[in-house]
Amino acid sequence: MKVEASHEVEMKGKLITGADLLIKTLVDANVDTIFGYPGGAVLPIYDALYRNDTPFEHVLSRHEQGSIHAAEGYARVTGKPGVVLATSGPGATNLITGITDAMMDSLPLVIFTGQVAKNVIGTDAFQEADVMGITTPITKYNYQVSDVSDLPRIVKEAFHIATTGRPGPVVIDIPKNISANITLNDFEDDFYLPGYQPTINPNPLQIVKLAEALSRAKRPLLLAGAGTLFADASKELKQFAEKYKLPVTTTLLGLGTFPGTNELSLGMAGMHGTYAANMAIYECDLLINIGARFDDRLTGKIVDFAPNAKVAHIDIDPAEIGKNIKTDIPVVADAKKALIALLDSKIEMQNNFEWFEKLTKNKQDYPLWYERTDAPISPQWLIEQIYNISNGEAIVTTDVGQHQMWAAQFYKFDKPNNWVTSGGLGTMGFGFPAAVGAQLGRPNDLVVSIVGDGGFQMTLQELSVIKQRNLPVKVIIVNNEALGMVRQWQESFYEERYSESLLSENPDFVKLAESYGVRGVKVDQEADVIPTLQEIFAYDGPVVADFRVVRQTCVYPMIAPGKGIHEMVGVTK
Amino acid sequence: MKRIITATVQDRGGVLNRITGMLNRRQFNIESISVGASEVEGVSKMTFVVEVSDDQKLEQLTKQLNKQIDVLKVSDISDKAMVARELALIKVVSTGQTRAEIQGIITPFRASVIDVSKDSLIIQVTGRPDKVDALIALLRPYGIKELTKTGVTAFLRGQQPEQVTELNSLSI
Repeated sequence: MKVEASHEVEMKGKLITGADLLIKTLVDANVDTIFGYPGGAVLPIYDALYRNDTPFEHVLSRHEQGSIHAAEGYARVTGKPGVVLATSGPGATNLITGITDAMMDSLPLVIFTGQVAKNVIGTDAFQEADVMGITTPITKYNYQVSDVSDLPRIVKEAFHIATTGRPGPVVIDIPKNISANITLNDFEDDFYLPGYQPTINPNPLQIVKLAEALSRAKRPLLLAGAGTLFADASKELKQFAEKYKLPVTTTLLGLGTFPGTNELSLGMAGMHGTYAANMAIYECDLLINIGARFDDRLTGKIVDFAPNAKVAHIDIDPAEIGKNIKTDIPVVADAKKALIALLDSKIEMQNNFEWFEKLTKNKQDYPLWYERTDAPISPQWLIEQIYNISNGEAIVTTDVGQHQMWAAQFYKFDKPNNWVTSGGLGTMGFGFPAAVGAQLGRPNDLVVSIVGDGGFQMTLQELSVIKQRNLPVKVIIVNNEALGMVRQWQESFYEERYSESLLSENPDFVKLAESYGVRGVKVDQEADVIPTLQEIFAYDGPVVADFRVVRQTCVYPMIAPGKGIHEMVGVTK
Repeated sequence: MKRIITATVQDRGGVLNRITGMLNRRQFNIESISVGASEVEGVSKMTFVVEVSDDQKLEQLTKQLNKQIDVLKVSDISDKAMVARELALIKVVSTGQTRAEIQGIITPFRASVIDVSKDSLIIQVTGRPDKVDALIALLRPYGIKELTKTGVTAFLRGQQPEQVTELNSLSI
């Protein structure tokens, strides 16, 4: 049967292609942006995008990894699922880093991959890859569409699974025959997922236990993770902390969920956390973890983590409770619901004035520190100026490494969902494309992508995207001509054998940016930093700014691998 | 400690791969897995025999299984009154002279000879794993040419006594 492909998504009961049906399901899911890259197996889908007047926009990256990190950045700052479209084989495998990154950091993504036609699957066909096999361990769930009639249901399920409970990436693999063939548009999208019912409301008995423990505690501490951001619980967290004067520390990914400048904030805890936060964990007698997963970069040596504390853990994912740290009071729930229940509970606090005084003194006596130099520039000072000049209100994205830790330490996030970083997977090349997605998701905000000279070179091809769309992303290269964190570890633990970590042949980033039609600036004197930042933040367009910083600077304080949370080095100068 | 875990799962494509992959990645030590249809269409039953070091690891195992979208229910039935059975096929060397002798060995196990050839027998035995292992040990001196086991499949008995003896852990 030959049917002329329609130029509109047709009414129910009409004949349309599988690809048109897919477009319709995306419209139904209220998608506003798709990050993608075309290729053979998704040609029918791209044709449908071309033919249909879709209410969403397709953003063409310059590498599929750019698409997926952009989708992650978009998801992180908007709370909406990031949608990705890539072709079969290499298109799909280029997404793997981003899918794993999203899995580790619980970001809601729905990823469509093309697949070779069903009749050649399994024959090692051109651009065939076992996407189901490859993505099974790195997705919350994955599908291969074997019948076009399943497509509306699968897409609906995928958005549901990706965005509810503990968010995560869902892959939908679509064979070319499914998207290309003509089908009758009268399918139901009702779904039934009896095995998937996340627990949202806390068990009241566990809340009572937690309230009782808090009433008895003399040295209580709140640890807030990204779960509080996904649950939109920052307001309740602040109410709860302020109501009982509870000190708060956050994980790397939890930054911003509690105002960094609040007097109750101890800053970030963990490997490069503050002295005050880490010692509070070491000395507290009740640790209430809300939406963090006790990652090893937070805990250090397990036996020395909160050794004197009763541990309460609120998490929507029961499998995280008791996984790494023995937990006395487990609460399986959405962080917001749990906090509301706690706010409604009867809690009579002990006098914890002494505890609070001690923590405040630690904050004052052992602040984060750095050595200031004129040229090259001190990287931490640079971050402080970014913070000052952006009034602490920018969306900041980073890669992984020294610049990431300095950004986490010196940019005091007061608002939730302004911090986009690769935490669990620690992905170089994440920050810049994530900024592209963040800027598209929140067009009116200042987006500053703080990256290293190493990581930026992994995904800088996305400069074409910010140029094409005139996205006013400000790329700040913290350029120490090295893979700084690798270099630091080699200095500390490998007797200064700098094996392959010094980048002496970097490109001229200014010319590079200019070749993409993007403004480039280079700053190597401290005196030029503030005027340059002021000027480029005010500039209505993309900028790549190459800041030459001191190569030898290390991130401190630090808990060496295998050490306890109280065994920090570099606490003071 | 050895535990028997059962799971009912939605019979969707890739579910076995997803579950075994997860168990492998998280370094759980699986002795056997058996999978088959259940009384409900579209729902399969899986039985795992696992070796776990402690209660925390066991709790993680059941939580990670439960977390899978297709998993409907996970039970650790090791401490309950249950039936656990497996089937083994054993091809044992046997000439005319030893045939009757082997028959004598397998009879108390209610095993049966399901194939006879000039120089071998195939014996089928069903039962608790310890019983199956006992029969295999007795047949070994005759020379086992081939052996295959299905892995344990298990579920709870119809009635649960108030106290369960430690018999189960011995029998699995």
